[in-house]
Amino acid sequence: MIRILLAGQGGQGVLSAGRFLAESGLHEGKEVSYLPAYGPEMRGGTANCSVIISDEEIASPLCNEPDVLIALNAPSFHKFAPRVKSGGIIIVNGSISDSFAGRDDVRVYDVPANDLAIEAGDVRSANMIALGVLVEETGLVRKQSIVNCLQEKFAAKPHVLDCNRSAFEAGLAFVKK
Amino acid sequence: MSKILLHGTEAICEGAIRNGCRAFFGYPITPQNEVPEYMSVKMPQVGGTFVQAESEVAAINMVYGAAGAGVRAMTSSSSPGVSLKQEGISYIACARIPCVVVNIMRAGPGLGGILPAQGDYFQATKGGGHGDYHLIVLAPSSVQEACDFTYRAFDLADKYRVPAMILADGMIGQLMEPVELPPMRDLSDIPEKPWATSGHYGKDRRVLNSLLIKPEVLEPHVNELQKTYEQIQANECRAETLLTEDAEVVLTAYGTVARICKSAALTLRKMGVKAGWIRPVTVFPFPAQTYADVAAQGSVKAFLDVELSLGQMVEDVRLAVDGRKPVAFYGRTGGNVPDEKEIVEAALKALEANK
Repeated sequence: MIRILLAGQGGQGVLSAGRFLAESGLHEGKEVSYLPAYGPEMRGGTANCSVIISDEEIASPLCNEPDVLIALNAPSFHKFAPRVKSGGIIIVNGSISDSFAGRDDVRVYDVPANDLAIEAGDVRSANMIALGVLVEETGLVRKQSIVNCLQEKFAAKPHVLDCNRSAFEAGLAFVKK
Repeated sequence: MSKILLHGTEAICEGAIRNGCRAFFGYPITPQNEVPEYMSVKMPQVGGTFVQAESEVAAINMVYGAAGAGVRAMTSSSSPGVSLKQEGISYIACARIPCVVVNIMRAGPGLGGILPAQGDYFQATKGGGHGDYHLIVLAPSSVQEACDFTYRAFDLADKYRVPAMILADGMIGQLMEPVELPPMRDLSDIPEKPWATSGHYGKDRRVLNSLLIKPEVLEPHVNELQKTYEQIQANECRAETLLTEDAEVVLTAYGTVARICKSAALTLRKMGVKAGWIRPVTVFPFPAQTYADVAAQGSVKAFLDVELSLGQMVEDVRLAVDGRKPVAFYGRTGGNVPDEKEIVEAALKALEANK
């Protein structure tokens, strides 16, 4: 069972990335749950969601101690980094955040997600850069499952699909380097 | 059939539509706005009726009318809105009209907050409105159950001619999980309602009324209602248990909190503590016998009831346990949800105090 917390600023695609992960897990026949933080949120505010992917039944849908944190901006990195389980993984958007977690029992991937996303065609696909890093690093779901989700979601918007797919592949490649 | 990823709110709507719900009346309130939103799209597609009413009071009275005419009808709201519906629910219960009311509970009292809570247990299970009546109250703890229980609620409501309620906390509303949807039910398959005020058309005169002003008429009517509730208590209690056979401490909760308790119970087992778990599926009728049976076991030292309130279901647990074992309580409110660690600690404390 892997618990993933995705966090960032509203508009960075945190919830979409969580949905893609959950959908991919489901298509691979795994148990999944997706719980968006649901408060009096506003545009430009914080957004986060918890995704759990498991081979067994998921009891608690909460993710207070995630195995993996994806932090797309600095405030969410600093807020959630202390909560990550010992031995866990943090993927942080190094383009707009520092990467000092203040602990050495987690692996921190400092990924210039905004820069890589701009190279891939659109800064808004920084979420897909992070997702690429996650998938390549953990093998949590198959690459093709994420690509299938993108194809389904952006069937009517080929340009958006291209940007997102390129960004996802750039994320995969970032780890291989 | 394959599973799809759905929000709890969407699952509730699908469960309703697939079991013949063809009239929905609602009024917006967070955190259940996705229910009327989904229904506003789906109802016209299946030939049903969607009305965004001018208020919660209007919505429940529209349900009164539509369900009285024999249509499977539903309304949905969240805590403050459900409070507004109580007069109508009491009238519907008195007139013996089956319908389904959904409450996606948010934190109270008052307008409170929009985050998950379970503070409406008393209101849902002990009447809520005025007079001697009850609803059948089902408490889903997953998105699949949100769908299945809503589906089932329509059948139970029709079977006993009582209103049924889906009592879910705000987390169920927002959670997305895989769901296997039941097949669409053929409307002609739903049993006739020989009492429905569905137009004369050569039928005998039918009256549905909640004003029974003569005491010699009202008392037998209320006694009949009471008999129905007794039948419901005899037939429809449902609960789920886990690892109770040799348990020393028994955790209990309903809704999504029950799932966090289940995780806590499994963690306690890994720590070497014999923890068990009971989850009421129906909170009215309350599955008292399940608790009584577990309380009678020699192994059990204590119960721990966990709620997103300051102690409501715990009263029913204590009545069911009937003093045989101590029942400790742990609750959070204001929209805060306890995590597994907090519950593990509370369980250890309950056990320690009663060794």
